[in-house]
Amino acid sequence: MGQTSQPVPGGRPNPVRRISGGRVITVTSGKGGVGKTTTTANLGIALARLDKKVVLIDTDIGLRNLDVVMGLENRIVYDLVDVVEGRCKLRQAMIKHKQFPELYLIPAAQTRDKTAVSPADMVQICNALRPEFDYILIDSPAGIERGFRNAIAPADEVLIVTNPEVSAVRDADRIIGLIEAENKGPGKLILNRLKNDMVRRGEMLSPADVTDILAISIIGIVPEDETVVPASNNGIPVTLNESSKAGVAFRNIARRLNGENIPLMQVETSGNLFQRIARIFSGG
Amino acid sequence: MAGFFERMLGRSKEPGSANRAKERLQVVLVHDRFNISPERMQMMKDELVAVISKYVSITGDEVEIALEQRDRNQNRLIAEVPFLKPIDPDDPDEDAPYPQTSTLQSTSLDDSNAFELPLLQDPSFFEETRRSGKVVQESDSPLETAEDSADESGEKAE
Repeated sequence: MGQTSQPVPGGRPNPVRRISGGRVITVTSGKGGVGKTTTTANLGIALARLDKKVVLIDTDIGLRNLDVVMGLENRIVYDLVDVVEGRCKLRQAMIKHKQFPELYLIPAAQTRDKTAVSPADMVQICNALRPEFDYILIDSPAGIERGFRNAIAPADEVLIVTNPEVSAVRDADRIIGLIEAENKGPGKLILNRLKNDMVRRGEMLSPADVTDILAISIIGIVPEDETVVPASNNGIPVTLNESSKAGVAFRNIARRLNGENIPLMQVETSGNLFQRIARIFSGG
Repeated sequence: MAGFFERMLGRSKEPGSANRAKERLQVVLVHDRFNISPERMQMMKDELVAVISKYVSITGDEVEIALEQRDRNQNRLIAEVPFLKPIDPDDPDEDAPYPQTSTLQSTSLDDSNAFELPLLQDPSFFEETRRSGKVVQESDSPLETAEDSADESGEKAE
């Protein structure tokens, strides 16, 4: 336990960081639609289930979504921009989760643009939150502009969400380069929406392919799962669904962040003759 | 057991589009990281061939240049430049700025492709290459471009 990062297979280990108070972890991706907000919401819930004090910050000013995924959209009174512009205290913009009293959300403003917040504002807000929380999770907007810079400015660690598709992997590579340029690197990878059967048929990049291409370590593999969309529909993140495979994956990532050594989900990467025979004999 | 067979057979032998995706990504990402497009790579190659041809005899078609990534922060340019003939230290021509023999050889090999080009020393040669970079590529003979111009410069040196 503690603040050492767990070495995971498939890449370089992260340097150990010394931080007073909670860890600021930014979830980003470059490309939109790969599952940043879903990942942030689920990691927040999963860490709260581990009895951690967690605050989530949505930095996607003008396109806020973390509130609906978390099912907290009806409780918003103040938002991040209100805090920055001094219309409310930080505490007033923090919405408490219905089920977990130690889980909070600071929503993005919906009516402003990303220039309303600066990277320095984000550093200041996170420093104010560190003494009170174990984890401060920041949901980054897509893209590489101001919103992204706001999101990574206060980060101690960065999680890069990608899908096993050429466009998402290419954008992830660009983001990793920018993260390293800001001395926030190298970051850790979450491979989201992996379809095992397609990987087996050789029609989808495998986790090994993606880590090979991007040359960073991987902290989690989340399988494609039909329970994710209904969970978002209901505003109850999939982590709370005990039978969901994606939920298990998110809970495992939270435990790895927390320092536990949990093996990665195994993917049978090939469907060639020898492997099929091997699977028959091993009863798989 | 399965992993052993997989390694033995090699992933590249598997069918499916995943390997193609990986190969394409590896190429495009190295170019992204260098911030250099394939077109500019071709221009760089053409100019490298032109410069190298001034000193040793090479076949431009056989020159390969590639960007290679060993680690995230360790990108490099790899060039493979096969010589047309072994270097003979006793050959007095080796000291000359341009080996005449191979020039004559390559010119006579493909006379139909010989065309007038400005001198290599003339800066307009590079301007020309830059502007008509596509044309030079499509002619599929950057070698002739390079060697012919080098040939002229060599003759002039005499």
